[in-house]
Amino acid sequence: MTSLPASTDKRLGLVIDLDTCVGCHACAVNCKEWNTGAGASPLSDADAYGADVSGAWLNRIHTFEVTPADAPAQIVHFPKSCLHCDDAPCVTVCPTGASHKRSEDGIVLVTEDMCIGCGLCAWACPYGAREMDPVENVMKKCTLCVDRIYDEVLPEEDRIPACVRTCPSNARHFGDFNDPGSHVSRLVADRGGIELMPEMGTKPVNRYLPPRPKARAPAAGPVAATRPQTAKADGFLGWLDAALDKLG
Amino acid sequence: MHPAVSVIFFTVLSGAGFGMILLLGLGFEIDGGAGRAFVVSLVAGGLAVAGLLASVFHLGHPERALRALSQWRSSWLSREGIAAIATLVLFGLYALVWMTTGDRPALLGGAAALGALVTVFTTSMIYAQLRTVPHWNSALTPAVYLGFALSSGWLVATALGGAATAGLWGLALVALAWALKWAWWVRASRSRLSTAASSPETATGLGFLGRVRLLERPHTGENYLTREMVHVIGRKHARRLRALALVLGCAVPLLCLALIHVTGAPAVLTLLPALSMIVGLLAERWLFFAEAEHAVSLYYGNR
Ligand code: SF4
Ligand code: SF4
Ligand code: SF4
Repeated sequence: MTSLPASTDKRLGLVIDLDTCVGCHACAVNCKEWNTGAGASPLSDADAYGADVSGAWLNRIHTFEVTPADAPAQIVHFPKSCLHCDDAPCVTVCPTGASHKRSEDGIVLVTEDMCIGCGLCAWACPYGAREMDPVENVMKKCTLCVDRIYDEVLPEEDRIPACVRTCPSNARHFGDFNDPGSHVSRLVADRGGIELMPEMGTKPVNRYLPPRPKARAPAAGPVAATRPQTAKADGFLGWLDAALDKLG
Repeated sequence: MHPAVSVIFFTVLSGAGFGMILLLGLGFEIDGGAGRAFVVSLVAGGLAVAGLLASVFHLGHPERALRALSQWRSSWLSREGIAAIATLVLFGLYALVWMTTGDRPALLGGAAALGALVTVFTTSMIYAQLRTVPHWNSALTPAVYLGFALSSGWLVATALGGAATAGLWGLALVALAWALKWAWWVRASRSRLSTAASSPETATGLGFLGRVRLLERPHTGENYLTREMVHVIGRKHARRLRALALVLGCAVPLLCLALIHVTGAPAVLTLLPALSMIVGLLAERWLFFAEAEHAVSLYYGNR
């Protein structure tokens, strides 16, 4: 059903910490790995070993440069996957019922064997969270690892999304945003979690934690130009150094 | 947005086809007997069906196309499919009665005409509903689609109908359609993502820190998103294409229609302005896609 549920029991989603993300792409790689092995069909690549490689990813890491008016630029790594929006336009445009939002936990999913690959849902998403699979010709998107989080066969510590599990700098957090006491709700409250493109009216569930303020060095005069200093070598290396110097 | 050739042909041809169905259903005058009725109905239905087929084969899984009829409660694409099929069935029956009895049942025709109107409207709403594409997200989009469907349909129906020339009505319809398109272009030139208050700053939520610029894309190569929604393919020739659209789609048809009207030349000559207009509309439709900015481009270095 592509009508949206009025409300969902849980609102599962991610908090992504732009302060600690180091842009290593580990979450994207583990997402690709998990969703290639599990799920309804592999997450394909076209021309995987050729010159023009291109494939479907459910999570991609952009890197931005932010320049304050009065300070040097800073780099912010920016992982982006589906935000499991409350008012998901990608769901309502779908003609087949393949795209849907679950009323129990708010996860937005595509039922692959119902998808006709029209691509309209990808047009409707402002965030670029949906990609057509080049081999299967159906729409792929982040599943919030629905095939991990409820899987009681997995050890308990693995029942979280693959990207969250793998992040080496603890920049991704998973939980229920409907529960004000949850880890993710508290992070959003404490750190001022950001909603992306609120003007699009999608009401995303996922939140981004802004980079913490940088300590700013007191303004100093221009730094004197310095020449790189190398310690003088002695012995054989010293002789080589001198010999090479002579050669010009 | 990537201008997919199949979708461009679909929207232009089926627009003309459903425009014809609308007019024929309302009793547009056609000369002669069953033979002529057959040809005119076949062209109207054929244009509409050809467009629909082009769009179905554009799908990743055409064999599942019937599923697309299920979500009419929320989806304009689904509504379009249902409206198109219902209209074609109604019009098929109408044509059958017309050919066999020579009678044109007004009620059935009226229903087919209404269906054609709804079909063109639903097609346009697929684009007009998208907040992610500010160029399209306007009430002018359905107006333009309806205007072009009606005027191109009028020209083809006149050319094949042989009853009367397109006359002043034809001139007025073509002029009105392009006046709407002109208004659409004026609005589009003012409505960029930035006027919809979207920018790399809102896309990343980092505007409170300073100005945001893309430093590195996620991957070195292209991906589905960049090919489908970020690429600015074809914008290079925008001015020439717009001139082409205006000359072939507007100026040539208006001139031909005026000449035919003044000289009293036979209606079949309307074929020339009709074909010219359709070619012009293909250029217009190419630009409709190629010039449209999508919000996701803000994550790929657009401002
Ligand atoms: S981020 Fe995009 S794909 Fe995900 S729910 Fe929101 S609109 Fe849909
Ligand atoms: S691509 Fe598939 S999921 Fe997306 S709108 Fe079309 S049918 Fe629905
Ligand atoms: S939740 Fe799962 S599917 Fe979604 S981005 Fe993370 S690893 Fe990928």
